[in-house]
Amino acid sequence: MIISIASGKGGTGKTTVATNLAVAIGSDVQLLDCDVEEPNSHLFINPVFEKTITVTTPVPEVDEKKCNLCGKCDEICQFKAIIVIADTTVMIFPELCHSCGGCEKVCPENAIKETSRELGIIQKGYRNGIEFVHGKLRVGEAMSPPLIVKVRSFARPDKFTIIDAPPGTSCPVIASMKNTDFILLVTEPTPFGLHDLKLAVGAVKMLNIPCGLVINRSDVGDNKVKDFAKKEGVPVLLEIPFDRNIAEAYSRGDMIVEKLPGFKEKFLTLYDNIKKIVS
Amino acid sequence: MKELIIISGKGGTGKTSLMAAFAYIAENKVLCDADVDAADLHLVTAPDILEKHDFQGGNTAVINKDKCTECGLCIDLCKWGAISETFEVNSIECEGCGVCVYFCPEKAIDFPLNTCGEWYISNTRFGPLVHARLGIAEENSGRLVSLVRNEAKKLAEEKGLDLILTDGPPGIGCPVIASIGGADAVLIVTEPSVSGKHDMQRVVQLANHFKVPAFLCVNKFDLNKDITGEIENFAKEKGLTCLGYIPFDQTFTKAMIQGQTIFEYDSGSAAGQAIRKIWESISEKLDDLRASS
Repeated sequence: MIISIASGKGGTGKTTVATNLAVAIGSDVQLLDCDVEEPNSHLFINPVFEKTITVTTPVPEVDEKKCNLCGKCDEICQFKAIIVIADTTVMIFPELCHSCGGCEKVCPENAIKETSRELGIIQKGYRNGIEFVHGKLRVGEAMSPPLIVKVRSFARPDKFTIIDAPPGTSCPVIASMKNTDFILLVTEPTPFGLHDLKLAVGAVKMLNIPCGLVINRSDVGDNKVKDFAKKEGVPVLLEIPFDRNIAEAYSRGDMIVEKLPGFKEKFLTLYDNIKKIVS
Repeated sequence: MKELIIISGKGGTGKTSLMAAFAYIAENKVLCDADVDAADLHLVTAPDILEKHDFQGGNTAVINKDKCTECGLCIDLCKWGAISETFEVNSIECEGCGVCVYFCPEKAIDFPLNTCGEWYISNTRFGPLVHARLGIAEENSGRLVSLVRNEAKKLAEEKGLDLILTDGPPGIGCPVIASIGGADAVLIVTEPSVSGKHDMQRVVQLANHFKVPAFLCVNKFDLNKDITGEIENFAKEKGLTCLGYIPFDQTFTKAMIQGQTIFEYDSGSAAGQAIRKIWESISEKLDDLRASS
């Protein structure tokens, strides 16, 4: 089974939920941190990394001896990553390239070869019974979805796999949520939390995946998040009240299931309820 | 004219609440919400929308079944696996690269332009606001960010305003790069947690990579004074100016629930005092940048 933890708004507690759920379960569980722009789960899990892989994406390189500046590559490229300047030169902007392979395919002179651009790295490690994988986008790299797809390729069907997704509702989030069995949304009961939750529920509905809700800092705001969840038929599976001890434990990188009483049981109940909904 | 972008790396450190507070204090400015993926500034600024425009960005392949002979070339060519065996294009998977469109021997694939969001010019009680809404699951957030920034610039020029205050998105990827490229300065809002510090360090690297001057401030600094100290040391090492420290204050949340800035909700809060000081420092820095340009 594979579930993703998402939120719309950033900073609502995705990583708290993902890491504590993984630690509460403790064995036969995988945690894949797909927030490759700002991966944080490792700061809480402290895995021993045993493997680091550099991930690249193909980009074109032009053999200027063969190129006759016909301009077909410029014409097919939708992303302005290869530009032919009127009969004088061909320029490549590798950071804009989406790796569609169109230019190489269309070139009548076979003048385009594949080279690569580094997207970032993937690290894999363990902590006790938890298998941990995350991606780290190279600083300066704009495109996170291809790296997210690579992180997800580590998911193993025989395990319970938890994906920590990035905030928002655009392409990196969709890449993290699609083809999962369940989406656990995490929000806070504030106007910002509610507004972004609505967007996240919209994305979940579009993907047609069952979902549930965790309300973090559940006593700081108003009731509008609960009203919305009820109206949309999204079950509230866990509420975590605001507690300065939790905020301080989080700030240090401590796990609340290990440091505060009662939370391990709460997260295991959450786990059981997710399994019930999915099966 | 100067453009200041508020970013954080990590989400939820208080970018938008701080931005709203600055909107209340700053004068002669245009506001801009560049977090087009999960825009929240309008929830506090209550904009009165004056202009609404469609945002078109990118294309999606659509197979015309009448012309398609099911040769399968498009399926082989598609690097995204977006075309099913029954020759349906999954619009979520389609990258809009147009390779299938170009090579289809029957010219059976249309390539319509997507309307993937809207952008607006509005009036608020703090002055003009340029903002946008990217459709759910849409791409091209970077292009929409560039568009709202350009429109904010045009508006500032038209109205003779000398400051653009921009609320940026979280992360370090495409929309953040589009938000900070060519800006005069970024203010990074961090918090003293292992994750807040980690993400701040990456976004500092990003600002350096694009050669945008960066300033720092620490929200909820008293939640973990050890890590606040580590952030301070990091700033010193990198030659980064930390402009101020905002105490943990639930007035922020209370104000947000009322749709108000922290100053409107409570003019004397401890967090509010700290924000005023940060704004004074930022203004001086922007004046220095004006003087040197």
